[in-house]
Amino acid sequence: MADVQNIPAGATTTGSIAVAAESTVATRMSAPPSFDVADFPVPHGREEEWRFTPLERLKGLHDGSATADGAIKAEVDAPEGVTVEAVGRDDARVGKAGTPVDRVAAQAYSAFEKATVISVPKDAVLAEPVRVRLHGEGGTTFGHTVFDIGAFAEAVIVVDHTGDGVRAANVDILVGDGAKVTFVSVQDWDRTAVHTSQHNALLGRDASLKSVVITFGGDLVRIHPRVNYGAQGGEAEFYGLYFTDAGQHQEHRLFVDHSVPNCRSHVTYKGALQGDDAHAVWIGDVLIQKAAEGTDTYELNRNLVLTDGARVDSVPNLEIETGEIVGAGHASATGRFDDEQLFYLMSRGVPADLARRLVVRGFFAELVQQIGVAELEERLITKIEEELEASV
Amino acid sequence: MATLEIRDLHVSVEGENGPKEILKGVDLTVKQGETHAIMGPNGSGKSTLAYSIAGHPKYTITGGTVILDGEDVLEMEVDERARAGLFLAMQYPVEVPGVTVSNFLRTSATAIRGEAPKLRTWVKEVKEAMEALKMDPSFAERNVNEGFSGGEKKRHEILQLELLKPKIAILDETDSGLDVDALRTVSEGVNRVRESGQVGTLLITHYTRILRYIKPDHVHVFADGRIAESGGPELADKLEEEGYAAYVKGGTSE
Repeated sequence: MADVQNIPAGATTTGSIAVAAESTVATRMSAPPSFDVADFPVPHGREEEWRFTPLERLKGLHDGSATADGAIKAEVDAPEGVTVEAVGRDDARVGKAGTPVDRVAAQAYSAFEKATVISVPKDAVLAEPVRVRLHGEGGTTFGHTVFDIGAFAEAVIVVDHTGDGVRAANVDILVGDGAKVTFVSVQDWDRTAVHTSQHNALLGRDASLKSVVITFGGDLVRIHPRVNYGAQGGEAEFYGLYFTDAGQHQEHRLFVDHSVPNCRSHVTYKGALQGDDAHAVWIGDVLIQKAAEGTDTYELNRNLVLTDGARVDSVPNLEIETGEIVGAGHASATGRFDDEQLFYLMSRGVPADLARRLVVRGFFAELVQQIGVAELEERLITKIEEELEASV
Repeated sequence: MATLEIRDLHVSVEGENGPKEILKGVDLTVKQGETHAIMGPNGSGKSTLAYSIAGHPKYTITGGTVILDGEDVLEMEVDERARAGLFLAMQYPVEVPGVTVSNFLRTSATAIRGEAPKLRTWVKEVKEAMEALKMDPSFAERNVNEGFSGGEKKRHEILQLELLKPKIAILDETDSGLDVDALRTVSEGVNRVRESGQVGTLLITHYTRILRYIKPDHVHVFADGRIAESGGPELADKLEEEGYAAYVKGGTSE
C-alpha cells in the first residue's frame, strides 16, 4: 500500500479579487489632497484608501507618532550636465507635480527637512542613467525628491532602495514638453523595512514617461504612482513588478488623471506571491475627465499565486466622463500555479521546484522585456531567481 | 527489457460521500515492445488507471503494486516516475501560461535524459519530429497548450512521446476529438516510436477506430474497475460488432 500524495504541501492556492464598488476617485478619499498633514484625519483602517493596509505596521507614519530619528545614506550618480540641489519647501518646483492625497504622503511632505532637486537641462540626452541609491540605516526618515526634466531632454532615472528603516518620501517628476523619461524605483529593502511614497508625475506637451516600480523587499511597502497631464499629447506607461513573500504587504496604488485631450496611458503590473500572509494590493484608478477627449488608456494587473495562504486584492477602477475617446479598458486576473500544472510538468520529469521556476520566469518574461532598461533586466531576472530559490 | 507489472491495483478517489473505489484489483503486465489496448465503456476506470500509474494526486492507492523493472513506482514522486521511463499522453493536457513549447520540451528532455541535449542536434530533432507530425514551426513559440485546438494538444502530446522516448507509454484517449487526418498523423507518430521496439504501449480508448492505425498485440476489456477479458486483436473486432453490453451491468454501456 502506498500513498501517492506527491504534490508538495502548499501547491494549491487561493487568490481573491475584490472589485471596487462604484464611486468616484475623488469622493472615495477621506480628505481632499493637501500638503498639510493636519488636514487628514488619522486613519482607522476602514477608509477606502486604507482598507487593505495594516496600519499597525506603518510604525506611526499614519498617526503622527513617527519621528525623524533615523538615517539614510544617499548617493547620486549625476551624469554631466545634471545638477543636484538641496532646497526648501518654498522652492517652486517642490510639490508642483502633485499634492499629497493621503495622510502618510502629507506626513512625509510636512516632515522633510530639505528636498533634493535633480535637474536635467533642456535638450540634454543622457547617455548614462541618473542613479540615486538610498540605503536605510535604521530608524525613521522623511524625504522629498524632485526630478526636473527640461524640454526635449531624454533621461533614465533609477532610484534604488536598500537597507532597513522606515521611510516616507515623495517623488515629483516634472517632464518638460517633448521630453522622454524613464523613471525606475526599486524597492529592494531588507525584510523589516517600511516604505511609503507618492510618485507624482506632471507631463508637458507631447512628453512621455515610463514609470517602472519594482518591489521585492520590505515588511510594508506602499507606493502610489500618479500622473497628471499638463498639456495635450502626453504619454505615460506604468510598469510594475512585485514578488511578495510570506508576511510581506506590498501595495501599489496607481492613479492616472486624464484631464486634457489626446493623451495616452498604459499600465501593466504583474506580481507573484508565495508564503503565508503574503499580501499584494493593486489599485488602478483611471479617470477620464470630460475635457479629455481622444484619450487612449489601458490597464492590466496580473497576479500569480504560488502557494496557499497568500492574498491578492486587485481593484481596477475606470471612470469615464466622456465618450469621445480612442480607447479605454482594464483587465485584472489572479491565477494560481495549480496542482494540474504542477502535475503536468512533473509528469514530464521536471522536478517541482524547477516547474515552479519555469512558470514564474515565463510569467514575468514579457514584462521584463518591456521595461527596456538593459542593466535592470539582468538584475530583475537574478532577483526573481533568488526569490524562487528562497521559496517555501 | 523493461516491464511494467501492475498487480491487484486498488484505487479510490475522494467523493462527496467519502472515498469511492474506482479500480478494484487490476492485473496487467506490459513489456517493452508490446502494445496493449485497454478498451471499455465510459466510467469503467480506464483513465483512473492511467493517472494512477503516472501519480496524479487526486487518486489514492489503497492496495496493490506497480513495478517498473523491479522498482516500486508507487513510492516515486511524479517526476521520478517520468525519469524512470513512464510517459502519460493526456486526454486533457493543461495550459501552462508563460512557458513556451520550445522551453518546455527542452526542460523536459533535460530532466528525462539527465543532461541538456546539445543545442544543434536538439533543434534538428525537434524540427524533424514537428514536421513528421505536420506541426507548424511557429508552434514552438506558443505557450504550452494555451489556445491549442484539440488536435494540436494531441499532436503536442505525441511530439513529447517521440522526443522523450519512454520505456512505457500510456496513451489516454489519444484518439478522442481527432478527425481522420489528424488521427492518422498522430497514429503514425505513435507507430514511429513503437517501431523502435523500445517502448511498451498502453493504449486506452473507448473506440476501436484508432486500432485500425495502431495494431495492438493484446486487447483488454475494462469494466467496473478491472480487466474483464483479455485476448488478441480479434477481441477488438468482437467489441466493434457487439459493443460493451456484455460487460456492463444492465446491458448498457453509458
